[in-house]
Amino acid sequence: MQSFAVQTQDLRKVYGSKVAVRNLSLAVRRGEIFGFLGPNGAGKSTSIKMLLGLVKPSGGRAHVLGAPPNDVSVRRKIGFLPEDFRFYEWLTATELLELHGRLCGMEKAILRKRASVLLETVGLAPHRGKRLREFSKGMLQRIGLAQALIHEPELIFLDEPTSGLDPMGRRLVRDVIRAQRERGATVFLNSHLLSEVEITCDQVAFIKDGEVVATRNLRTQSDGEVRVSVRARKLSGEAVAGLARWCTSTHLDGEQLLVMPRSVSDFPDILRHLIASGADVYEFTPERLSLEDLFMRIMPEDRGL
Amino acid sequence: MGLWIMACVTFREAARKKILWIGFLAGIAFLTLFGTGMYFQVKDFNTRTIPPFIRYQAVGGILQVGFYAVDSLAVLMTVLTSVDTISGEINSGTIHAIATKPVHRWQVLIGKWVGFVGMAVGYITVMFGGVFVLGYWIAGVVPQNPIRGALLIFLECILVLSVSLASGTWFSTLTNGVIVLGLHGLAFLGGWIEQIGGFTHSPRLVTVGIVSSLILPSESLWRRAVFEMQSSVTRSLPFGPFSNASVPSTAMIVYAGVYTLVALVIAIYHFDQRDL
Repeated sequence: MQSFAVQTQDLRKVYGSKVAVRNLSLAVRRGEIFGFLGPNGAGKSTSIKMLLGLVKPSGGRAHVLGAPPNDVSVRRKIGFLPEDFRFYEWLTATELLELHGRLCGMEKAILRKRASVLLETVGLAPHRGKRLREFSKGMLQRIGLAQALIHEPELIFLDEPTSGLDPMGRRLVRDVIRAQRERGATVFLNSHLLSEVEITCDQVAFIKDGEVVATRNLRTQSDGEVRVSVRARKLSGEAVAGLARWCTSTHLDGEQLLVMPRSVSDFPDILRHLIASGADVYEFTPERLSLEDLFMRIMPEDRGL
Repeated sequence: MGLWIMACVTFREAARKKILWIGFLAGIAFLTLFGTGMYFQVKDFNTRTIPPFIRYQAVGGILQVGFYAVDSLAVLMTVLTSVDTISGEINSGTIHAIATKPVHRWQVLIGKWVGFVGMAVGYITVMFGGVFVLGYWIAGVVPQNPIRGALLIFLECILVLSVSLASGTWFSTLTNGVIVLGLHGLAFLGGWIEQIGGFTHSPRLVTVGIVSSLILPSESLWRRAVFEMQSSVTRSLPFGPFSNASVPSTAMIVYAGVYTLVALVIAIYHFDQRDL
């Protein structure tokens, strides 16, 4: 259990006759940026709430940093940015961070320093004395991100962190996530923005109807999910036809050849075959299927996220 | 520690939202009005030939009106400030950022409770003390057992506060407000039914009144408070707005105390068990 930041087994939540989460089994390694994907209403937020002890599971088991989610002491090591962050609007940005830091048991001097650094990080330093009621949605999201990081947690849950943020804000979230990975923290990211997830995450799980339907490692190239783009001259019809041995599909357009190899380990054979056939190869570029393509392949009937 | 932080936040929230200050301003306005009224009443009495004993009792009656206003304002203030604290934060999602911190949920709830108790202590001290001082200063009249009276009003506030928090763990702010004020209204009516029953020597009516008081014993606490503060002569008056044709027993006070405790335990338990 200890090598995993989050581990669940058959986690389940039922509201009356509605099954919100059905047998959720997950394993998130420590130090990993984990993306939790799925269409609206798939049970993502309920799952996160169960992992944080906000919602009691109807069945199954969950461990967060080696402890059950309702263990209060382990929360000292956990940060959470709720979806659509809202807080006491009569607090100033600095007061909000100090309150959250104090709730996490931080010392006053350390807290003050850390709050100041975080306000700089999230770009709210000029607004440190402003009350939350004067904040825009994007500013609230930024201060919400800061409160999730105030106590330098080992595990951070971010529920739709980029919602309401402009492109600059999104970039900031990406940078913050990367910085967290560099200091060894685990990030559990719930987002419907696939491009964001693709850039930041190491591992993703696709959830549908409250169940994990697929998991993917985004840092390795998996069989059947990488195509190769080849630019070559003197490509003969026989040479292209001969690729059927290793590829499920080929498409030739002038000098541009797109092939879909069955296995990543076949790449050298494909390249050798092309050269042996007399073709002059200028480019041989493996391209991973985009997360969107993967998503559509896994959940073809869910058109909207 | 988490409990104390939440208590301070609750107190600061009231101050920042200006509820506390508006409440105090309204209280000062009331005290000014009360003082002025009493001053002219005393002046008016001085122009007539009224025996000092009767005059003392009449001014004592005005003092009771003052304490009654303090009681009503304190209860209303307690309900209005606390009715939104749990349900509102659940509804807005604010509670998510708090309940995921290393604090127990009971600490959050008791912290809020302590914050509101602090507010009630401050409010009752200023308002009750204000009426007491004005009564003594302007008319030279003091109530019997003022400490007991103030403590009973305080217990009444703690009672409605605990019910408001317990109900807030189930219902939305508006529903919660309707429930708590509705129960208090029922208790008020029950109190009058019991009074009328006592005056007309109708035991069945008294029973109906007592049963209503059992649903929420807030009005019983006020009636016991006013009984404690009355002189023996006023107590003997057969019927009036503050007469005690049927005085709530000590058992009812104990019941109110137990009721408060049970409401608080239910609030803690349900807040701890429910999904947020």
